[in-house]
Amino acid sequence: MEIRVNPPYNSLTRYGIFFAFLLICIVLAFSTPRFFTVSNLMIIGTQVSINALLAFGVTFVIITGGIDLSLGSMVAVTGVVAAMFAHPDTYPLAVPILAGLGAGLVLGGFNGLVITKSKVPPFIVTLGTMTIGRGLALILSKGRPISNLSDSFNFIGGGNILGIPFPIIILVLAFAVCAVILNKTILGRYMYAVGGNEPAARASGIHVTKVKMWVYTICGLLSALGGILLTSRITTGQPNAGAGFELDAIAAAIIGGTSTSGGTGTMTGTLIGALLIGVISNSLDLLNVTSYYQQVVMGVIIIGAVVLDSAGKKGRE
Amino acid sequence: MEKRLWLILKGYAKAFFEKHGMSDSILTVTNLSKSFSGVKALDNIQFDLKRGEVHALMGENGAGKSTFMKTLIGLLTPDSGEITFKGQNYKHTNVSKTLRSGISMIHQEILIIPELTVAQNIFLGREKEVSGKSGLFSGWLNDFNMNQQAGELMEKLGVNIAPEAKMKHLSVAQMQMVEIAKAISNNAKVVIMDEPTSAISDKEVATLFSIIRSLRESGVSIIYISHKMDEIFEISDRITVFRDGKYIGTKTAVELDKNSLIAMMVGREIDQMFPESANDFGEELLAVKDLSRKGAFSNISFQVKAGEVLGIAGLMGAGRTEIARVIFGLDKPDSGEIYVSGEKKQIDSPLNALRQGVGYVSEDRKALGFIPQMSVKDNITLASLPKHKNGLFINEESELYTTDQMIADLKIKTSGAEQKVINLSGGNQQKVVIGKVLLASPNIIILDEPTRGVDVGAKFEIYKLIRKLAESGIAVIMISSELPEILGMSDRILVLSKGKQTALLSKKEATQELIMKYAVA
Repeated sequence: MEIRVNPPYNSLTRYGIFFAFLLICIVLAFSTPRFFTVSNLMIIGTQVSINALLAFGVTFVIITGGIDLSLGSMVAVTGVVAAMFAHPDTYPLAVPILAGLGAGLVLGGFNGLVITKSKVPPFIVTLGTMTIGRGLALILSKGRPISNLSDSFNFIGGGNILGIPFPIIILVLAFAVCAVILNKTILGRYMYAVGGNEPAARASGIHVTKVKMWVYTICGLLSALGGILLTSRITTGQPNAGAGFELDAIAAAIIGGTSTSGGTGTMTGTLIGALLIGVISNSLDLLNVTSYYQQVVMGVIIIGAVVLDSAGKKGRE
Repeated sequence: MEKRLWLILKGYAKAFFEKHGMSDSILTVTNLSKSFSGVKALDNIQFDLKRGEVHALMGENGAGKSTFMKTLIGLLTPDSGEITFKGQNYKHTNVSKTLRSGISMIHQEILIIPELTVAQNIFLGREKEVSGKSGLFSGWLNDFNMNQQAGELMEKLGVNIAPEAKMKHLSVAQMQMVEIAKAISNNAKVVIMDEPTSAISDKEVATLFSIIRSLRESGVSIIYISHKMDEIFEISDRITVFRDGKYIGTKTAVELDKNSLIAMMVGREIDQMFPESANDFGEELLAVKDLSRKGAFSNISFQVKAGEVLGIAGLMGAGRTEIARVIFGLDKPDSGEIYVSGEKKQIDSPLNALRQGVGYVSEDRKALGFIPQMSVKDNITLASLPKHKNGLFINEESELYTTDQMIADLKIKTSGAEQKVINLSGGNQQKVVIGKVLLASPNIIILDEPTRGVDVGAKFEIYKLIRKLAESGIAVIMISSELPEILGMSDRILVLSKGKQTALLSKKEATQELIMKYAVA
């Protein structure tokens, strides 16, 4: 094998999805005048925020070579738990937030624990947790939506700061923290190593179990953040909320270039993936395309993104 | 005695046929060469296989046997040379064509589908041929025909395996019989067997040999690869030896004995590749007492001192790598003790081993060495990342500095620290892995086949590096299949055979012949 020189910034293939995203935005800006307005962009940002939070979480998981199917159910459980403590004049705002995050921590930690101790594939374990979580949400809420939430709690999903919707602020902060964890910390580096070649990571003295525990726990926490945001936005703790969210999140990560075989992926890619999904469903709304067609379009985009990505990789090799 | 007489008679018969132009060769190879990126894996190979003979192919690991086999079955295309099969020029670049033309190979790892039956495995991919139907219905499975034909094959081989039995319920030896049945069901004229006895018991070997003999009687030719000397002399008619990709010679089994065969296999001069040993050792850094792991090795004891290179020699499967894995905490021992700098230690994970100062460079770089998606920098600092911490974050500047230094120290040929390791040559990948382990600052380093898949120039550099490490006070354990390397580098040599320690030789007394003798003991 001779030495091949890979320019570190191989433009088009590496940032293909980014260019595709820009192109779609430009086309939309010209074709529908309503698209490129501040209010519409804010709507897109708000709509994207929950999916993006979940997608960040699942990006960590997929980079280590795992998968998490329980995101949607975790959204429901954590949302219900937060709502239980969010009635007006009961507890201070910190309590529902911490309760929701705590529930996410426990569920994510449970995933991590079972996956690392039992060696059962993450697909199966989180499939189980998905059902368990849905059941727990129904048990805790007695099957009924929990409404009558405090104004301060409803601010999380519905409020503005200087005209910027609060969910967008949470999204930006979460993105920054996740990107830093992945790129700048030892934990982030270890995630890539575990997903890239687990036996070699272990032989390099990496505590693989610990890394996986972290990853599933972080994923649970981000799902909880999504759950709190959703509950606040719809001002109800809905036990049936979040069904199918995991698939949108996984789709965002994959469109953003995260490989399901582990070892590669970026937070920026996932963010763009989530934005792309948001922009397309928004624009199809603006263009009055029925939601039935939207699903077909979305599916084509997911497959197309991965086909283009693997074609790009082949071209590089 | 009888056997010898028979062989001599046979020899006369062959001489007679050859003299009268009735060559009974089925497969002839002349001047076959194959290079991989400039390194000659096969260099003007000659090989001649007669009808109805068992022909053993011998050579050390890396002698070119497997490359040769791969060219025969069409997995590799030779650069030059000719192969004549059944009197015709033979050029196959496709394994299924090779099979149909009558050359079958039984691989060292048995390739079967456990959930299918014996008959289904035998006819896998050829279901249409046994369906007994034509046209539209030829795709219809005919289990009755399949079972019947498989049963006939079993009978022919004289083994008692039900064609309806699922593969997963068979013993390893029985699976091998099925593989042989599959090979001859292709009407094979040549069957290649690669280490067929590596996973079966002595009793099963006897059955295998009786099958091989009956195949030979029916005119099938067998190329037999094995490291086990006793077997070679028991089963083969002729023996061909390769060394360093070159053809050394072909002799009848009766002409040779163990010692003369070993001499043919190893008889090369040790060149001036190996730097001088310092002969100045410090305190004992690692000691292993009565270390055993079931099914791998038993009662292994040795010590290594600071500055010393301990070579571990033995054939494949002798338990060398398994010992290293236990010392490095990748596997658990069943009994025995490990002492690091005189203190008894429980090493239960690589993390723990690295903390005790034990580093390991695996024989399998791809599986245990590096992370393919990562850069040289990310790989090289992977085992010592906490040293580059700046609060919560990685200090990339110190990481880059360390990487650049290691690239210079080990002369790693890369376009830079950000180059992906997967794009480097084998030797440079190896250096990255060694660099990674060195950055974890071990006192004891285990190098498992450190020059495997590495070209000659890089080999020399790795030897120099090993010597430098030893001189800096590290205790080095070097596992190698290459005898010249073991002899040239080691201060002492531990020889293993079938999981047992058979000798611990000093540099002075060790010779290739002596090591080989203990390795096959």
